[in-house]
Amino acid sequence: MSNLAELQLTKNGELRHFLTPEGLDRAMLERILDTADSFVVVGNQEVKKVPLLRGRTVVNLFFENSTRTRSTFELAAQRLSADVLTLDIKTSATSKGESLLDTLQNLRAMHSDMFVIRHSDSGAAHFIAEQVTPDVAIINAGDGRHAHPTQAMLDMLTIRRHKGNFEPLAVAIVGDILHSRVARDQIHALKTLGCKDIRLVGPHTLMPEAINSMGVTTHTHMNSGIDQVDVVIMLRLQTERMASAFLPSAGEYFRLYGLTTERLAQAKPDAIVMHPGPINRGIEIESAVADGPQSMILNQVGYGIALRMAVMSMAMSGQMQQRQAQASQATSLLGEKRP
Amino acid sequence: MGATPQQQHPQLADTPALVSHLLDQIDQLITTQNLDQPLVIGIHTGGVWLAEVISEHLHAPLGKLDIAFYRDDFSKNGLHPQVSPSSLPFNINDRHLLLVDDVLMSGRTVRAAMNELFDFGRPASIKLVTLCSVNQRDLPIQADACALTLDLEAGQYVQLDGPKNLKLSIIERANHE
Repeated sequence: MSNLAELQLTKNGELRHFLTPEGLDRAMLERILDTADSFVVVGNQEVKKVPLLRGRTVVNLFFENSTRTRSTFELAAQRLSADVLTLDIKTSATSKGESLLDTLQNLRAMHSDMFVIRHSDSGAAHFIAEQVTPDVAIINAGDGRHAHPTQAMLDMLTIRRHKGNFEPLAVAIVGDILHSRVARDQIHALKTLGCKDIRLVGPHTLMPEAINSMGVTTHTHMNSGIDQVDVVIMLRLQTERMASAFLPSAGEYFRLYGLTTERLAQAKPDAIVMHPGPINRGIEIESAVADGPQSMILNQVGYGIALRMAVMSMAMSGQMQQRQAQASQATSLLGEKRP
Repeated sequence: MGATPQQQHPQLADTPALVSHLLDQIDQLITTQNLDQPLVIGIHTGGVWLAEVISEHLHAPLGKLDIAFYRDDFSKNGLHPQVSPSSLPFNINDRHLLLVDDVLMSGRTVRAAMNELFDFGRPASIKLVTLCSVNQRDLPIQADACALTLDLEAGQYVQLDGPKNLKLSIIERANHE
């Protein structure tokens, strides 16, 4: 098992942390999507709640702002009947001088069962899962430029629900690949799920070096990039990048990479358009496309809750199994020591 | 473990006769209880197979429940690895429901299924239909229609094979979850 597999899975191969799709095999990613499919149905029930995590405590630890991700995680935990606490760390204990480690140990002492972590430093969630509280299920809600696995997997759920099998699909990821925390996870997940034609589209300045080694093709022109694709994933252009030297201007970006009705005609007629939101209308995407029949942008929000419910319940399940196995091991060791 | 299952329970061998007996009981139940236009809901997986037969017989709409999210053993056994979406392609409010499971044993599955049903709405009534009831109840739940009642020894369980040519048999395993 790779390190990332070992860190995220129990000895029996069950999910116990969800940090990145990297290291997880196709069967596991498909199980996450299957479980999420069942949770989509829960969203249509009159009572949109299941009793699965009743009595469990989920703590959302947001070290950086993200209203959308935070609210969908809160809703997902609530729909699983967990008790939910959301801490905006910047305004709480750490500003009084308490270290991150102390904060986490305190939360653990309150018998928290799961931490959902959003942090601006790459690898923060991995560090906590590995070094700080391995017995608390950790869900990565986005760390630095590194990973945003629930966003990537909800995109996979959207694709599978609307396009089916990944193998014959051509998928274009368009925009700021370099600074995107989602693109890497999307590539890993698409490849693991069997997608063979993955295209990255964007200006040279926003394309990571050596990205081709991930088994993707890169395109600096929209026309070749989205030609006959089944899926167009638009990334959000972080407008703060505009201030730096990466991009000349928003207008220029839209002229070259903005998704317009005319450009979308290059893709297959039944291609779907995705965007993680919040959308910058007129910069990455034209309103007519964002609100058009091929747009999945609002479907993605609903799928996001279902996908988060899936990884939260699976990780909680794996973590509890692991704890039980350890407890029974300890009991049997005690038994052996008896005269 | 004594006699072979076939010798102990001769009726088990003839599953089609049991199904036909169950359909007669359901017809009678619908008449005596005045169940107007009942909806048939099967519990995944064996219950769904049986519910398909019942729904065809009654020309009644069919729903499917997967109770994985409502089980009472999540702390002990975790999430079931294979979950399939529940699908109730109708509104259950104020309707009479025939809840179908292949085997009724502890009653825990039916408890979970009823909890799930009430998250979809408030039915007028729920009648429990099962092919085989094993006298080993943990909860106060009884079937309204049932083709066969069995007493089993510890470690024995009843299993329905399907989806077509339904076949009921007794199996033995160390622990059942």
